[in-house]
Amino acid sequence: METLWFVLIAVLWLGYLFLEGFDFGVGMLLPVLGRTNAERRVMINTIGPVWDGNEVWLIVAIGATFAAFPGWYAALLSAAYLPLTLFLIALIGRGVAFDYRGKVESARWRKAWDTVIIVGSWTATLCVGLLISTTVLGLPIDVNGDRVGSVFAAFRLDTVVGALAFAGYALVHGAVFTALKTEGEIRDRARRVALTLAPVALLPLIALLAIVAGLWAGVVVLVLAAAMWRLLANRDGQSFALMGLAIAASVAILFGSLYPNVLPSTLNDAWSLTVANTASSPYTLQVITWVAGFGTPAVLVYQGWTYWVFRKRIGVRHIPVN
Amino acid sequence: MDVLELARWQFGITTVYHFLMVPLTIGLSLLVAGMQTAWVRTGDERYYKMTKFWGKLLLINFAMGVVTGIVQEFQFGMAWSAYSRFVGDVFGAPLAMEGIVAFFVESTFLGLWIFGWDKLPKKVHLACAWAFSLATMASAYFILAANSWMQHPVGIELHDGKPRLTSIWAVLTNNTVLAAFPHTIAGAFAVAGAFLVGIAAWHLYRKSQDEGVWRSSLKLGTWVGVVAFSALAITGDWQGKLMFEQQPMKMAAAEALCHTEQPASFSIFAYGDVARPDCENVKSITVPALLSFLAHNDFSSEVKGIQDLVPLYQQKYGEFYPVDERLGELSGKPIDYVPALPVTYWGFRLMIGFGGISAGLGVFMLWLTRRNRTPTGWWFPVLGLAGIATPFLANSFGWIFTEMGRQPFVVVPNPTGVDGVWMFTAQAVSGISPAEILTSLIALTTVYSVLAVVEFYLIRKYVRGGIPGVLPPTTPDKTDDGALAFAY
Repeated sequence: METLWFVLIAVLWLGYLFLEGFDFGVGMLLPVLGRTNAERRVMINTIGPVWDGNEVWLIVAIGATFAAFPGWYAALLSAAYLPLTLFLIALIGRGVAFDYRGKVESARWRKAWDTVIIVGSWTATLCVGLLISTTVLGLPIDVNGDRVGSVFAAFRLDTVVGALAFAGYALVHGAVFTALKTEGEIRDRARRVALTLAPVALLPLIALLAIVAGLWAGVVVLVLAAAMWRLLANRDGQSFALMGLAIAASVAILFGSLYPNVLPSTLNDAWSLTVANTASSPYTLQVITWVAGFGTPAVLVYQGWTYWVFRKRIGVRHIPVN
Repeated sequence: MDVLELARWQFGITTVYHFLMVPLTIGLSLLVAGMQTAWVRTGDERYYKMTKFWGKLLLINFAMGVVTGIVQEFQFGMAWSAYSRFVGDVFGAPLAMEGIVAFFVESTFLGLWIFGWDKLPKKVHLACAWAFSLATMASAYFILAANSWMQHPVGIELHDGKPRLTSIWAVLTNNTVLAAFPHTIAGAFAVAGAFLVGIAAWHLYRKSQDEGVWRSSLKLGTWVGVVAFSALAITGDWQGKLMFEQQPMKMAAAEALCHTEQPASFSIFAYGDVARPDCENVKSITVPALLSFLAHNDFSSEVKGIQDLVPLYQQKYGEFYPVDERLGELSGKPIDYVPALPVTYWGFRLMIGFGGISAGLGVFMLWLTRRNRTPTGWWFPVLGLAGIATPFLANSFGWIFTEMGRQPFVVVPNPTGVDGVWMFTAQAVSGISPAEILTSLIALTTVYSVLAVVEFYLIRKYVRGGIPGVLPPTTPDKTDDGALAFAY
């Protein structure tokens, strides 16, 4: 049962990184891919109907961790206090920015919110990368699960690589998504940007996987290479699916190597938090298993339907004339 | 300030702030779904315009509710990790359910609703409105179930010094949440009603175009408000009676009732210092025997006072905090079982007072606009707009009262339930440094303040714009079959 929930939480993170990964990427690339206000509107509207639903994957990942592994939730969130504060502020900013940007007809107003979207997307994706690599690579926690030492304990060379790993992934993933969802000049630009950035932007992810699992990183390298190859061949959909496969493989490798730990202690192996010593009682796990068992398939169906409803590519020509 | 104090301020500020957006979202989304239903069923343009106008204001507010809600999900782990470890087996489950059952529905169908105008079949689009508005109610239920468990822990057994869940059903049907949920939802409708009334009154006064829209909105708002306040009074009375049973100290503190009285009188107003638990210097205007009735439905019953409750609490839950370095200054010190009396006493009165003013205003507005009249005096819109603030204030004071009233506990012991399950607030905080929490407190408060200004500005702008400001562009691009409504 604990193992099942460990896998489920990994799946929730996967859902989050795959889905919000591209809407982070769209936000990060706003100034690069969107040269004019019309183009920026096209980009924001590609993620408009879905970004909030994507973000709920994070809320549920965190909520499920609280329910299934309270010790993990408590230790990780309190130990990574400062990066999480930054993360929350970034999410707050970009969330309202999407909604408020178009609500006032003023170039200055839009520019201000564009900045919030860009900075917020970069910050949030770096923070989430830091958080995930921290839980995989460990923290200096004591026997109670409390952090020992500096408030900056979560900022280390390897976790910073982890932060860059997810930012880099989101960047390429966002560009591939934009290519898939738009038409005309903006699509061509997105494809070019994805192909140009990929060799550099995806390096930290490979590095992180190599640190954690050595040669297994090779699997992800192959999938990412295939994704870029399909993009080159003008098959945006296949490329996007392969980007999804790449993050799935990455999450599998990261969480697979973490198991049965959930947050290793870098001070003493005996203090590491594990699925066994942080899990809730069997009854509680059973309760949430029922809820997740019925709820999650429904979520996949209606979120899938949303993507189907808004499946059409959009372009500057679709923007209504005032 | 130490971590405890800072963490409490942070929780208070972020939660009260979040709860400014939430009731408006809950109440207004259901009303908007109702307006859209009226439009789909009758085809009357007026209802379409109402849906568009109030829907726009709803969206501006919704965004803020969503983003400030994220903080709540993280905050328990970040600042209250000892609490999270202690209650995790029970408290996490309703939170996870809230995410899976409510938040996914809310966010996904809201997206469909915003971008699906003209794209989805009319009835499917309407169903999306109902889906997200009912999901907001569902999320309120789960989070209130979690909160009610802290007020009245049920469905558990004690295992290794921690509560362990034995019945999720007992947690979800806790009598505390059964009373708190309708009270909170009625509070949400009171907010939405006053919002409609205030803004519609202003437009009527200004003789804006589409008078029918404002007339209907005003009528809807006043009736929603009047019904909501009747529900608030009934459910509030029910909640009060439960609280006298479950948390006698909270209710004694609500009255600043020092000595046991039989029959007990209800204090309407006090002058002097209510902070002193010995009641010296307090002169209070009272209604004889009313408190006895509120507590037990019996005008002659006894109500315990603070001074008689303290020894009972000391006997059951100890006189001193345990010696534990994590308790900081409080380690080994006597436990103060009396909540901050000025906060509970005045919080309780301001809740009822603002609620009453708001209800009175609703009835007055209904009378003023009878048979389609519109008062021409400037005071009419001023009264309406000022009235918007009253249910917000009542909600905030209600929460401040109920959460401050359970101090010094974060999980209040259940006098009729499992013995031994309780937690002092002082034991609940994370082992983090004051600097960290001060940083987040300052950062979040700053961001929240800026956003409050922005939201107010946007709502004002769209209120002033009236109906023309919210209708879609009149010359939409016809070159394609419309991939989505370009809402952003």
